[in-house]
Amino acid sequence: MQVTVTVNGKTESHDVEARMLLVYYLREVLGLTGTNVGCDTTSCGACTVLLNGESVKSCTMLAAQADGEEITTIEGMASSDGVLHPIQEAFREHHGLQCGFCTPGMVMAIASFLKEHPDPTEAEVREGLEGNLCRCTGYHNIVQAALAAARPGALAP
Amino acid sequence: MIPASFEYRRAGSVEQALGWLSEDPDSTKLLAGGHSLLPLMKLRLATPGVLVDVGRVPGLSYVRDAGDHVAVGALTRHRDVEISDVARAHVPLLAHVAGQVGDPQVRHRGTIGGSIAHGDPASDLPAAVLALDGVLVIDGPRGRREVGAGDFFRGFLETALAPDEMLTEIRVRKAPGGWAFQKFNRRAQDWAIVGVAAVVNGGARVALVNMGATTVRARGTEEALAAGAGIAEAAARAPEGLEPPSDLQGSAEYRRHLATVLVRRALEEATAAGG
Ligand SMILES: Cc1cc2nc3c(=O)[nH]c(=O)nc-3n(C[C@H](O)[C@H](O)[C@H](O)COP(=O)(O)OP(=O)(O)OC[C@H]3O[C@@H](n4cnc5c(N)ncnc54)[C@H](O)[C@@H]3O)c2cc1C
Ligand code: FES
Ligand code: FES
Repeated sequence: MQVTVTVNGKTESHDVEARMLLVYYLREVLGLTGTNVGCDTTSCGACTVLLNGESVKSCTMLAAQADGEEITTIEGMASSDGVLHPIQEAFREHHGLQCGFCTPGMVMAIASFLKEHPDPTEAEVREGLEGNLCRCTGYHNIVQAALAAARPGALAP
Repeated sequence: MIPASFEYRRAGSVEQALGWLSEDPDSTKLLAGGHSLLPLMKLRLATPGVLVDVGRVPGLSYVRDAGDHVAVGALTRHRDVEISDVARAHVPLLAHVAGQVGDPQVRHRGTIGGSIAHGDPASDLPAAVLALDGVLVIDGPRGRREVGAGDFFRGFLETALAPDEMLTEIRVRKAPGGWAFQKFNRRAQDWAIVGVAAVVNGGARVALVNMGATTVRARGTEEALAAGAGIAEAAARAPEGLEPPSDLQGSAEYRRHLATVLVRRALEEATAAGG
């Protein structure tokens, strides 16, 4: 079936199988391999992308369900001249990653979370990231990075 | 993990969805948020031949003040129930429970209708709707019917819905007075090992998560309270007549014990909150 999706601002249109999951569409059809597959069972959050600005797990959505919608992946976060998104910058600054496998999903989950909670407490950040697992960092620096990105001005365009 | 092949159709209206369902009800499945169905399809525990995507049927996503009750469209996502001013004001239990489902990503996709229609005993929203004495509005080829929550949940993944019917609205009576929701799990995003939804206003309605093949009421507790028992005594009767599952998360015995503790906490909280 024909699927037309706007991914990181660019319109993409492909003939795919109805059963193709969004994450495989992104990775294998579009070559956007920044979005990872960790568990493939809706548990780890590594595959988190934004659907119309909201975090979703792309391993649990059909590409067909994204037809006509807007998707943002980690590749769409930094500006075209290579300047990191403030959330990415905060991860760099606060050492919010070690192996980096969970990081794309974390960044996308935080982007959605901060839109819903512009001035979060640390407890709210921790709860807001309950859908994302990290095997390396112990979460502390990820939470610090999210809080830093939430500081007034940090997310201003 | 890749689901088995199926034909995908996107419905533009309830009528269109029902029409497609009626062509071959046994191998056709409605797809709402997909957060129960797609995981089952990926494991090939479900292999529908046709998926009818109702996710974008217009006019079925709302939380409305309808006088003595609140009406929620079946396609309203958990997140939208969680933050609805109407739900928070008149059925705070429902708004709170919607906010306890899974994690933010799950709440951005999953719908209240899918959660109720799926009939999973481990789900939170069925218990909330049962405690709130909700009514499920069902449309199908034989017209519209309304089923009380007490008659809707029949058994494991089994509800009053026929294969050619669609749940379109969930009605919950406005619930002044006290309420509480207790969910016990090991990790933040997990399903409840046992959960309790309680509404206390004069009488008490107590519904349990994961204490049987489907969501159930704690009849023993309700009877004890009606007969004038104190909270501790009533809570001790929570597992009466129930057969909770045994699984990796806990044995049936452990769940029976947990139910007494969580029902006590829920009743204390609901009473303190004005029940
Ligand atoms: C990682 C994870 C964690 C979760 N944690 C929890 C949790 O803690 N608590 C909890 O309660 N739930 C939890 N869920 C389940 C979640 O709430 C689902 O969203 C919900 O159970 C199903 O809603 P859906 O819209 O996704 O339905 P779908 O998956 O689209 O459909 C589920 C079933 O219902 C049928 N159906 C859907 N809509 C209708 C309708 N309107 N009329 C008739 N039939 C219909 C479908 O045909 C299908 O059989 C979790 C899910 C995941 C993936
Ligand atoms: S790969 Fe999607 S949640 Fe783990
Ligand atoms: S940095 Fe390795 S999984 Fe999070």
